Amino acid sequence: MALLQISEPGMSAAPHQHKLAVGIDLGTTNSLVATVRSGLSSVLADEQGHALLPSVVHYAADNTIEVGFAAQKKLNLDPHNTIVSVKRFMGRGLQDIDISQLPYHFTETSGMLQIDTRAGVKSPVEVSAEILKALKTRAEEALGGELVGAVITVPAYFDDAQRQATKDAARLAGLNVLRLLNEPTAAAVAYGLDNASEGTYVIYDLGGGTFDISILKLTRGVFEVLATNGDSALGGDDFDQRIFCWILETAKLSPRNAYDMRLLLSKAREAKEWLTEHAEANVSCMLSDGEYVNVTLTTQEFINLTATLVQKTLAPTRKAMRDAGLEISDIQGVVMVGGATRMPQIRKMVAEYFKQAPLTNLDPDKVVALGAAIQANVLAGNKSDADLLLLDVIPLSLGLETMGGLAEKVIHRNSTLPIARAQEFTTYKDGQTAMSIHVVQGERELVSDCRSLARFELRGIPPMVAGAARIRVTFTVDADGLLSVSARETSSNVEANITVKPSYGLSEDEITNMLKASFTSAEIDKKARMLAEARVEASAIIEAVKAALSADSALISVEEVQTIEAEIAKLEVIALTEDAEAIHQAVEALNHATEAFAAARMDASVKLALSGKELNTLDL
Amino acid sequence: MAITLTPTAADRVEKFLANRGKGVGLRLGVKTTGCSGMAYTLEFVDDLNPEDTAFESNGVKIIVDPKSLVYIDGTELDFTKEGLNEGFKFNNPNVKDECGCGESFTV
Repeated sequence: MALLQISEPGMSAAPHQHKLAVGIDLGTTNSLVATVRSGLSSVLADEQGHALLPSVVHYAADNTIEVGFAAQKKLNLDPHNTIVSVKRFMGRGLQDIDISQLPYHFTETSGMLQIDTRAGVKSPVEVSAEILKALKTRAEEALGGELVGAVITVPAYFDDAQRQATKDAARLAGLNVLRLLNEPTAAAVAYGLDNASEGTYVIYDLGGGTFDISILKLTRGVFEVLATNGDSALGGDDFDQRIFCWILETAKLSPRNAYDMRLLLSKAREAKEWLTEHAEANVSCMLSDGEYVNVTLTTQEFINLTATLVQKTLAPTRKAMRDAGLEISDIQGVVMVGGATRMPQIRKMVAEYFKQAPLTNLDPDKVVALGAAIQANVLAGNKSDADLLLLDVIPLSLGLETMGGLAEKVIHRNSTLPIARAQEFTTYKDGQTAMSIHVVQGERELVSDCRSLARFELRGIPPMVAGAARIRVTFTVDADGLLSVSARETSSNVEANITVKPSYGLSEDEITNMLKASFTSAEIDKKARMLAEARVEASAIIEAVKAALSADSALISVEEVQTIEAEIAKLEVIALTEDAEAIHQAVEALNHATEAFAAARMDASVKLALSGKELNTLDL
Repeated sequence: MAITLTPTAADRVEKFLANRGKGVGLRLGVKTTGCSGMAYTLEFVDDLNPEDTAFESNGVKIIVDPKSLVYIDGTELDFTKEGLNEGFKFNNPNVKDECGCGESFTV
């Protein structure tokens, strides 16, 4: 007979209608699957009781595909056909990866890199799909039915290509993706619900291949991400690599073949794990040419070897703290996520920086999967009160191009989603009936230094003098990070809009570089902005004076007209230079030269308005 | 007659209630649905209805509405593992016939 789980009041499913949903932590080193049963989130183990599934795929000689521990055993025997840490290749090209230390045969392609295996050329998406298939099978056996969907976690900094690759892998594995959830947010979900804590928390996630730092605010069950930062190429694997290099050096080994490299790397990993609870680790093994390696690594040596790696996690941490505008004293707790946070030197450094012991009461390997399962349970519709609202932030400011190629920010970076902001703009020329709206993303002052996201036009503005039209531009970013921009002329209500997808189009490196550039080039940007503004001012006044001259030059003497024209010519030349101050002075000079002309025009128009009218009929 | 829980089931229910952080007990019931006419329901209880009958077994409060009670009186609820799957199982003496999967039944 079927086995039943306890539902929320009034949420009992009809027979065969159970909404089975799982959370999957698709990790670099290990993957897990978890689900909520009778209200409790738990990780699903395999027949042998293993919760972790090593993210390893082996393409065997007999055409079978092994995943997990079975594949891990082939690491040393068949390194070319045993793929580990495939997550690092997701959505990446060959140029993004340091392949010098990897035993695989890569195939040159224009897009995502491909790995040449015995079973043919495999993309990272296909390899990941094998891992997901294994987890799906495990979940369906454990839950006794088909899954309605899964929440899969990704590092906060995954770009669009990497997220898309993850979704593709899930589809290939026959999984319906309910949502991709940022790993630190999933960890917060797990902790937030289990401990019902409120306050500002830091999620320090050092996994096998990625480092993420996130600052989250938890209030009444609402998770708000204040800031995120990280390093997508830093993790426990790098610690293994340091030990591996140390073994090569200490044992004075010459360059080795793929088998030996793999063997020494797994020995390095064992040593690292051993050192978490022991003072020294012995590394001994026989290499393929019969050479015997026997070295001993002490905790102190290990700490010295990896000090720079530990320090490397501090810079993104500081940046995130600065972005969130927080002091160390504002942080109520630090959540440790990822197996690498078991290393004592990591815990010590985090404790020293945040001046408090980090939280480790949930298993750092499982916490992300547990949170993802909780979210999957809500999204599948098994909870009546959908009180779990997840908020995210905009990584770079969103704005639009204004006259002179300047970027006007409408939504500032690190604003929480969803958000809507409106700003009013006006026309630049008399009788202007259309406006081109160029949506950009970035921190720099000039549009040319920002990323162009979209362009659209607002047409049908009623002809008015320059500056009279009121065009309200509204930027809206929804909870999924989807940006839509609309522009409306308020007197005529003509409207135009466009939907763009921001942020994920930019890679992490692009975001980092753009941020760095905005800091280092602040002074250059300021000058560029002043110059651009002076030029806009100059062309506006030239435009206005020329229009006035063509209409009313009869009001003043020929000499006066010539003087004004000379000043215009002078300004036109100076406006081409790079000197904002000189342009500004020439604008002043032209203003001064036209004072008499302006007065004459004023008199003429007043006379025109008054002629033939009696004083009492005037609306004064 | 009464509704009872095996010690294993009671232990689990207590754990799930503690994890949930609220709830006064466990509601057993039947719905007229499914391939054989009736289906079991199993829910946490936050609010009691005036017509509900309450039982206590191994320290856990069990709540049943009068309509359901006639179909499941005498039931013992167990918690078992079958392979990787685990969950609650109704041992209901009133059942004459069950559908293949055991999710619904007739009396």
